[in-house]
Amino acid sequence: MSNNWLLAAKRGRLEARANILQSSRDFFRTEGYLETDTPLLIPAPAPEAHIDAIPAGGLFLQTSPELCMKRLLAAGYRKIFQICHCWRSGERGSRHLPEFTMLEWYRADSDYTVLMGECVRLIRYLATTCGLGGAIGYRGMSIDLQGEWERITVRQAFERYTSISMDEALREGVFDELMALEIEPNLGTTTPTFICDYPAERGALARLKHDDPTVAERFELYIAGLELANAFSELTDPKEQRNRFQEEASYRIARGQLPYPMPEPFLAELAAMPPSAGIALGMDRLVMLLTGANSIDEVVAFTPEEL
Amino acid sequence: MYTVADLKKGLKLTLDGDPYVVIAFDFAKPGKGQALYRTKMRNMITGSILDRTYRSGETFEPASLEDRKMQYLYKEEEHYVFMDNQNYEQYRMDEDSVGDAKNYLIDNLPVDVLLFKDKAIAVDVPNFVNLRVTQTDPWVKGDTSGSDSKPATVETGYVLRVPPFIEEDELIVIDTRTGEYSTRVKG
Repeated sequence: MSNNWLLAAKRGRLEARANILQSSRDFFRTEGYLETDTPLLIPAPAPEAHIDAIPAGGLFLQTSPELCMKRLLAAGYRKIFQICHCWRSGERGSRHLPEFTMLEWYRADSDYTVLMGECVRLIRYLATTCGLGGAIGYRGMSIDLQGEWERITVRQAFERYTSISMDEALREGVFDELMALEIEPNLGTTTPTFICDYPAERGALARLKHDDPTVAERFELYIAGLELANAFSELTDPKEQRNRFQEEASYRIARGQLPYPMPEPFLAELAAMPPSAGIALGMDRLVMLLTGANSIDEVVAFTPEEL
Repeated sequence: MYTVADLKKGLKLTLDGDPYVVIAFDFAKPGKGQALYRTKMRNMITGSILDRTYRSGETFEPASLEDRKMQYLYKEEEHYVFMDNQNYEQYRMDEDSVGDAKNYLIDNLPVDVLLFKDKAIAVDVPNFVNLRVTQTDPWVKGDTSGSDSKPATVETGYVLRVPPFIEEDELIVIDTRTGEYSTRVKG
């Protein structure tokens, strides 16, 4: 008889988790996606202002499989997905683990609107395999999956849920606070919500919108106030990408954060990448939603504190 | 010096000159944005609750708190006076800071006093204290009013419900965590 009761009591959630991972793989294989398995230990993570990689033996634990997967796209792999562990230093809370499980998928000749459609089908499918039917019940909310999912731009969200505009929030340096405290809790409370078109400077790897270059073709998917996925129409211009990486890198240096080497092989091959769309989805949070867990701690066998 | 990475429930820190204890904490990071550290804190002197959100890079002074073994000496006007068992130094505390503990303070009672910058801000009394009943009505045998308890005043002036058989001048044991009668001290 085990004396670790807490771990033994997690069995139901861990079984549901295994089923959700398996069903996700089934979904993408059926959709014609190739499962990839790129290295977790990499020399140069994408330089992003607010994401800190964990150094490991002269290399880094990946913060996302993004750069390797885009090199695959550039080499002609047109529909790929990956389920893997990612690491982000210092991120720990009821919805964050410094080591977590990410589902990423990329497809050539597509933009971010195509990914919205795939999110709808994936999550409806997973809810069905979990026996939930057409709605997710979470923290007293009932989120309908069958009807039309809400789409709102970041600009509209600021108008609807805060007292200042998106541009004012950026100027005053309170964009993140308002997003986290005032906007997020309202997103995805009756249907899932796609919040789209982030300010250009908030999408280091995203393509700018043709008819409004102040915003990037980027969306986030929220369900029950929980941020679930982040997607872009991918930037394919190597020169522009290098400039943006350099901006992010100088921001990091100015704040005394560890600088990363430039991901040169990725930049060299980017020109060959077709117009593509890519998305990263937090699997632990999806399991939280589908199993009614209030904390991310409930959906993993071990938290870092329990090791 | 603490950084935002040290924030967790129970952490004690100094804010605007007052000691605070973190009573709730969560980490938020909206879509590739900055990390935000959301806290709820209680002022350890006034008891007021504060919601604050911090960003990475912010730092905090630890609250320099010290727990000392003391004994209660006497009440002087509006203040309660305690003495440190080690160095015989005396500390005064007002009624608000003493809180419910005032119901149990009898001469020489051993207590734990919390010091902030050498000022006494809270007192912890033992879980059980013995207090003498100074006033209670006698038990009228055959009383059919149906009540199984009656009020009693103890030597500190505190009034509580006791069983009907308790008489004046008896010593009773009170559970200080609930403020209720626990048992009588057998003579």
